[in-house]
Amino acid sequence: MKKKRTFKEWIKSRDGQQVLVMFAFMVVPLLLLFVFTYLPFGKMFSFSFYNMKYIGDRKFVGLKNYIKVFQRDDCFDALKLSLYYMLGSIVQLSLALYLATILSFKVKGGNIFKGFMFFPFLINGIAIGFIFKFFYTRGFVFDTVLQWCGFNLEDLPYWLKDQRINNFSLVGTSVWRYFGQNMVLFIGAIMSVDSELYEAAMLDGANRFQQFKYIIVPSIKTIITLNVILSITGSLSAFEPPYVITSGANGTGTYFVVMHEIAHTQQKVGLASAMAIILLLIIFVVTIFQKLFFKYVFKNSEDEDPRAEIRRQRAIKRSIKRQQRLSAAGGK
Amino acid sequence: MGVMDKIGRVIFTIVKYLSLVFFSFCAVLPVISCVITAFKTDEEYHTTNVMTMPKNWLYFDNFVRAFKQAGMARAFANSLIILVCVLFFSVMIGTQLAYVLNRFKFFGNTIIRALFLFASQLPGVAMQIAVYEIMYKLGFINSLMGYIIMMCGTDIISIYIYIQFFENISYSLDESAIIDGASYFTIFYKILFPLLKPAIVTSCILKGVGTYNEYYCASLYLQDKTRYATVATSLYTFVGPLGSEYNLICAGVIISLLPAFLVFVLCQKQIYSGLTVGAVKG
Repeated sequence: MKKKRTFKEWIKSRDGQQVLVMFAFMVVPLLLLFVFTYLPFGKMFSFSFYNMKYIGDRKFVGLKNYIKVFQRDDCFDALKLSLYYMLGSIVQLSLALYLATILSFKVKGGNIFKGFMFFPFLINGIAIGFIFKFFYTRGFVFDTVLQWCGFNLEDLPYWLKDQRINNFSLVGTSVWRYFGQNMVLFIGAIMSVDSELYEAAMLDGANRFQQFKYIIVPSIKTIITLNVILSITGSLSAFEPPYVITSGANGTGTYFVVMHEIAHTQQKVGLASAMAIILLLIIFVVTIFQKLFFKYVFKNSEDEDPRAEIRRQRAIKRSIKRQQRLSAAGGK
Repeated sequence: MGVMDKIGRVIFTIVKYLSLVFFSFCAVLPVISCVITAFKTDEEYHTTNVMTMPKNWLYFDNFVRAFKQAGMARAFANSLIILVCVLFFSVMIGTQLAYVLNRFKFFGNTIIRALFLFASQLPGVAMQIAVYEIMYKLGFINSLMGYIIMMCGTDIISIYIYIQFFENISYSLDESAIIDGASYFTIFYKILFPLLKPAIVTSCILKGVGTYNEYYCASLYLQDKTRYATVATSLYTFVGPLGSEYNLICAGVIISLLPAFLVFVLCQKQIYSGLTVGAVKG
């Protein structure tokens, strides 16, 4: 028969202690998570059905805000700009992968190069804004360097004013800021591969490209996938470069820059909330789609131990080498 | 080894170092040009090309002027207060949460992890539309304390760093303490917390740099720039009338990134490892 315990006894028992410590340790973080993430998330959803400012009356307008978002040109022109940022993130990821591969081999001063390329990630956004306003000003840093390379100043565009080029300039700053960070992530992943694999491959005469293809890529596939997903959602929500460098002028206002302007300058909170919800939905759909896509693409190779593949490759190579050696000996 | 192999290797080495030098140059050029300009007198700045070296590398006037005009003494004090409070509280909250999530199996464990993970995916700029209203209702606009509380919310990366560390601390340690009659609080504070030190250092560096550099929320919620400017938002002084005096602006920029630079030089390893843990787990 089970003895009934009083609350006092229960709280002194191990079970009670466990519940107590769990409550004590989780209440604050969960409260903060609720107040600053999930509550605003819910509020934003309800705001999107109102015509309202932060202070004062609010009027229920149903789906009008959503309809307005689709009717406004500035919102959809802004969404098109994310294509520039997607292009930039492709460049950024390939560059990061290339440099990470190089740095994972023996390189003199590797850490210094790594440090140089990573440091931009640690500079605050406002400082970056000033640095690049200065960098792109007519006749200043970028133009000077191009002149060293033999360009004429007259042939060079205004990097931040010319609407044909200014979004590329801004995307460039974003690539500049983040490629080092991506590179560090990739290096971390590459380094987590058993170094024996590289040694074995070297002994078997695999060249750099083969090492890249058969050892590095399979082992960091997950992190590449993750970064591709992050970079696409990231380009949809691109904000900082235009916000701090051009304030969205001259056709550089991305979706979030327009949204920030509508929410905090024009105080059309309902409309801005609708914009945010729409973008979150797009991001959500894109993420699910990508996850499914990658799951489908990697389905066959995922189950397999990457080392099995390498071992197989190694065996093939060894047999080729043996044949070569034999034929070379025969030739003599 | 064949001749072709040797040539291939030489070419590879050349390409390798050329790319490293080229991209390192691209990465540092914008910052270097700022340093050069920060050391120029007004006259020098107006008459020479931006990439010409300054005459006097010990000309610190711009730094002094920028520091005063942007009210950086106050800004550094504010940033320091914010940094100390945010780091202290987020370490306490984060390690406790990670302890519970790692050591106890209970219904909702995975749900809580998922809630934090999902929260990290929401773009901050969009969320601030509604957070602003909450901050306003709580009376947290233009309040250092309010900003600190908002920033204390623990993030998924620190949680992952701590959880990973807990995984490597043997559970037998807890068990023997339990047999000795220690309570869970004692186990956490007396035994596990001290062992967590390396993980705490790593996450503090990452979170610290992030907090120091944070400017979007700071500019939304700490609008009174004379009293509550942080180092990042104090740079806003240079927008407007001073907009083209780049020798002054560059000096301000350099001052603002010096702390991050020092931390980076001293703690490179922790930064790299912290980032990697966060990303691989995520």
